Amino acid sequence: MSIHNWFKRKKAQQETAYVRERLDIPGNLWVKCYKCNQAIFTKDLEDNLKVCPKCSYHFKLTAAERIIQITDPNSFKEINQKIVSKDFLNFTDSKSYAQRIEKSILKSNLYDAIVTGLAKISNLPVALGIMDFSFMGGSMGSVVGEKIARLIELALEKKAPVIIFSSSGGARMQEGIMSLMQMAKTSAALGRLRENSLPYISVMTDPTTGGTSASFAMLGDVNMAEPDALIGFAGPRVIEQTIRQKLPPGFQRSEYVQEHGMIDVVCDRRQLRENLSKFLRWFDER
Amino acid sequence: MKDKQKNLLGFEKPLAELYEKLDELKKVSSAGEMDMSEEVKMMEKRIENMRRDLSVKLSPIQIVQIARHIQRPTTLDYVALLLTDFIELHGDRNFGDDPALVTGIAKLDGQSVIVMGHQKGKTTKENIARNFGMANPEGYRKALRIMRIAERYNKPIISFIDTPGAYPGIGAEERGQAEAIAKNLREMAELTVPFISIVTGEGGSGGALGIGMGNKVLMLEFSIYSVISPEGCASILFRNAARANEAAMAMKITAKDLLELGVIDEIIKEPVGGAHNNPEQAATYIKSAIIKNLKPLLALSHRELIADRYNKFRKMGIFEEQ
Repeated sequence: MSIHNWFKRKKAQQETAYVRERLDIPGNLWVKCYKCNQAIFTKDLEDNLKVCPKCSYHFKLTAAERIIQITDPNSFKEINQKIVSKDFLNFTDSKSYAQRIEKSILKSNLYDAIVTGLAKISNLPVALGIMDFSFMGGSMGSVVGEKIARLIELALEKKAPVIIFSSSGGARMQEGIMSLMQMAKTSAALGRLRENSLPYISVMTDPTTGGTSASFAMLGDVNMAEPDALIGFAGPRVIEQTIRQKLPPGFQRSEYVQEHGMIDVVCDRRQLRENLSKFLRWFDER
Repeated sequence: MKDKQKNLLGFEKPLAELYEKLDELKKVSSAGEMDMSEEVKMMEKRIENMRRDLSVKLSPIQIVQIARHIQRPTTLDYVALLLTDFIELHGDRNFGDDPALVTGIAKLDGQSVIVMGHQKGKTTKENIARNFGMANPEGYRKALRIMRIAERYNKPIISFIDTPGAYPGIGAEERGQAEAIAKNLREMAELTVPFISIVTGEGGSGGALGIGMGNKVLMLEFSIYSVISPEGCASILFRNAARANEAAMAMKITAKDLLELGVIDEIIKEPVGGAHNNPEQAATYIKSAIIKNLKPLLALSHRELIADRYNKFRKMGIFEEQ
C-alpha cells in the first residue's frame, strides 16, 4: 500500500477538506498563524514544514504530512493498517462511540489515531509510529495500543530502532478500562525492546498528555519534543481546578518540561529530520 | 450502633429506621424491664437481610459510594489484619517520602513478602496528611525501589490499590508524574517475582495502574477500577459532572463488569453491606484469595513469571481486524 492511496479522492473528501480547515490548514491561499496572527501564504507555510515563518509556531501535522517530512521518499510501508476500533461497551455520550469511529474514519482518512510502519530515514531502517490528533484527539484505545505493541514486536524481529511521534490527549474514555490497559501493554512491549538494546526515540508533539505521556511517550532512550508543545500528565484545567491556583507561565510546555528534566532535546521541526538521522546513525554504529 | 448509623450511605437510609428500633429494644432490654433478647435477635436478622437485599441490587454509582466510604478499610488496616511483622519503608531516595503510598516488608502466613498500597485517611485531618491517597511521583518511585528489593531477595509482591488517581499538582508535574508512572509500567512487566495486585477501593486510572500490574489482579466486590472517575468522565463527555451516574454505568467500572471484560482475574467477596461493616471478615477473605493465587505463582521460574505477566497484558484490547 503506497502512501499515495491516502490522498486518493474518497466519498468524504468534501468533509475532510472542511475539517482540515478547522484543524489547521485552510484550503484557501492564505492562513493566519494561531499564535502571532501573521497572514501566511499557504504554499510558504507548507514549504516551511508548517512552521510559522514569523513566530515559529508549529502547526499540527497529520500523520501523512509527518511521514513525508521525516522519511526518505517512498520508503514508508504501512503495517496493520486495517485494525479498527469496536464499540464493545456500547458507549454513548452525545453520540455513540460506533458513530464516532465511523465519522472519524471518514473525516481523517485514517483507521485510527496512529499510523505504523517500516521506513527509512537517511537510508537507515526504522519502525515508525505516528499519532494523528485529528482522529478523536489522538486518544489511545485498543487499536492504538495494539498497533504500537505490534510495531515494537516487529522492530524486535527486524532488529530495527523505534521512533514514535505522539500527539494525544490521553486514553480513549469510550473504551473505559481497556484504554487504561493499553498503557500497560505498550510499556511492557518497550521493556522488551530495551532488554534487547534496541533504541527507542520518542518525539512528543502538541499535545502529549494523560495516558499517552504516562506510558510509551515518556520512555524513550531519547525523549524529544517539538517547541512549545503541551506535555504533561494531568491537563492544565484539571490541575487548576484541583489546586485552585493560577499555573506558572510556560507550565507544561516543552521548554519547561525540559528544564524539569524530562526531555533531552527540544527540537524545531525544521531540524527534526536531521537530528533524528544523527541519533539513528549514532545508535547504528556498534 | 450510633456509629453504624452515621456511616450509612444515602441509599442505605431504610436501614436507619431499623437501627433506631434496634437501639430502643436494646435499651429496654438492658434496663432489665423485659427480656427482649429474642426481639433484638430478630431485628438484627432483619437488618442483615435488608443489607443483603440492598447489596444485591446496587447500581454502579452506589458501588462507587461504597468504594469511597470514609470508613472503608485502608491499606494499613489490611496490613495489620492479614500480615504480620510489618515494617514500613520510607522514601524514594531522590526527593522525599510520599505518605499517600506506603510500602514495607511483612509476612503472610510465614512467607516473607513486600507489600505496598495507596493510603487514604478516615478523617479530614488524616486525609490531608495522606493527600487523599493521591500519590506524587516520589510515591511511584518509592514503590519501584521497593519492588527492586523484592526482586533482589526473591520475595513476592502484594499491592493494594485504593486511589482517586495520581495527584494532579504543579509539583507532581514538575517532578515527572507521567515519567514515574510510565517507568513503573515498563519495570513491573519485567519483575522476576510473583506479583499480586488487589483493588480494595478506588482504582483510579494511571495512579492505580502505576502499582497494579500483577500476575494476578483481584478486586473486592464493591471496589471500582476505571480510566477516569465517573465525575470526570461526565464532565468531559456529557459536559455535566452531575451525570456521573450515567458515566459510571457506561464505563463498566465494577468488579463484575471487569471480570467479564477479562481485565481482572477474580472477585473477592465482601461482608454484607461492604468491607467497612466487618473489616476483619474482609481481611480473611482477602488473605485466602492472596494465598490461593500466590501458590501457583511461587512454582514458576523468573522467566515464566515475566512471560505470564507480559502475555496477560499483551492480550488486553478489543478491536476488529479487517
